[in-house]
Amino acid sequence: MADLTWKELELGGIISSPGNASAYRTGDWRSDRPTKDYDKCIKCGMCWLYCPEAAIKIRDNGMYDFDLFYCKGCGICAAECPKDAITMSEEEEA
Amino acid sequence: MAKKAKTAKKVGLEGSFAIAEAAKLADVDVVAAYPITPQTHIVERLAEMVADGELNAEYIPVESEHSAMSACLGSSAVGARTLTATAGQGLELMHEVLYVASSMRLPIVLTVADRALSAPLSVWGDHSDAMAVRDTGWIQVFAENGQEVHDLVLWAFRVGEDPDVLFPVMVHLDGFNLSHVTEPVLLTEQADVDKYLPPYNYPMPLHPDKPVTMGAFGPPVIYTEAKKAQEVAFENTKGTILKGWEEFEKTFGRSYHPVETYKADDAEILLMTMGSLGETASVAIDSMREAGKKVGLVKLRLWRPFPFEEFRQAVGNAEVLIVLDRCISFGGPGGPVFSEVKSALYDEEKRPKVVNFIGGLGGRDVTPENFEYMITRGIEIAEKGSDAEYEMIGVRE
Repeated sequence: MADLTWKELELGGIISSPGNASAYRTGDWRSDRPTKDYDKCIKCGMCWLYCPEAAIKIRDNGMYDFDLFYCKGCGICAAECPKDAITMSEEEEA
Repeated sequence: MAKKAKTAKKVGLEGSFAIAEAAKLADVDVVAAYPITPQTHIVERLAEMVADGELNAEYIPVESEHSAMSACLGSSAVGARTLTATAGQGLELMHEVLYVASSMRLPIVLTVADRALSAPLSVWGDHSDAMAVRDTGWIQVFAENGQEVHDLVLWAFRVGEDPDVLFPVMVHLDGFNLSHVTEPVLLTEQADVDKYLPPYNYPMPLHPDKPVTMGAFGPPVIYTEAKKAQEVAFENTKGTILKGWEEFEKTFGRSYHPVETYKADDAEILLMTMGSLGETASVAIDSMREAGKKVGLVKLRLWRPFPFEEFRQAVGNAEVLIVLDRCISFGGPGGPVFSEVKSALYDEEKRPKVVNFIGGLGGRDVTPENFEYMITRGIEIAEKGSDAEYEMIGVRE
């Protein structure tokens, strides 16, 4: 999208390939980044359940990870984690 | 000038009914509207036509004008020929959705029975509502009589729906003066309308077989490009607008132009009006011509896109141009039409002095005597100058 000229836009700004929002890196909006202490994680999945952006991925071994392409850094996962395994820190310092 | 009118039925119709008849001839698919004076008769008649089976269309009675225009977006987007009508406060309530219609390039036709804006509450005519939607990106024209109202609705569908245009079109008719006055109207013939107005085919309609997203968000990285594309497309509508009128004349025998004139060719002093007051002004022009004054009349039909070329050509040789606005721009540089006209002439080497009057507010009559006064006083102001940006006509001091 960032490269499109005005001549390349569809009529009335129509998006003719539905679902192309998946190509949009909402991770760029993030000012706070989540990090996880894997030793504390009990794989309960509360972070996965509460994430409003579906930005928590599940590995094959059942461990949960952040999808930083989409994660906006809202911190809900950190607030909900029952083991305080997730901490939020400023993006520049993370 | 116009060729001899082809056979058509002449009937006595008020402007509102002339619109309904045009919409029926255009075989409109969807009407979504909310009643408001002085527009009500338009949609009342259309609702009656649908209920009686005269017109095969969906009539959607919505709960507000905001919803009316929103419903129109949807129906136009699936490829249905769509019409709505409103006036005054109703147009204001539609305001934000008007921008959506033009930005999404949906060729809805909206007839506006122009009305003053409250307060004090007024259901009577002026151009305050029209001027408030000046920049919404709609093609906009003003009608002078019932015949023009009828004709311009057909033209609006033809031009708006043209694949080279795809913009919504607003047809302005003065509230009461045109919406409620019964005049002889030549009804167009169905066969001619079918020839003039091809079916509406939106190039990328909403359809489950081929999903698209309409009205998506545009972050800073794309919004400027979207607006540039819209403005270029809008400016490019001019050719189709003119062709629509050329073809109209060929089909129906009546001619229309972006700027129309009356006794203006050798005129040193020009009056300028929009809408129904053009006929009243022409009476003043006739009587002043009889008295030997070189006066003429310029009537702006096409308001958006503004017809710069035709306008400059029409007024270029005059010494004084007297503009009547039916709207106040509070604290602004005169009335909205005046300030646009002045700015359109600013870079011209040869240009008339432009004088502004504001009148005909909230249904106040503007008489031929008022126009004669405007001409006499306008010449005086042009010669001696004035401290005020404009003078108000007919106000009790």
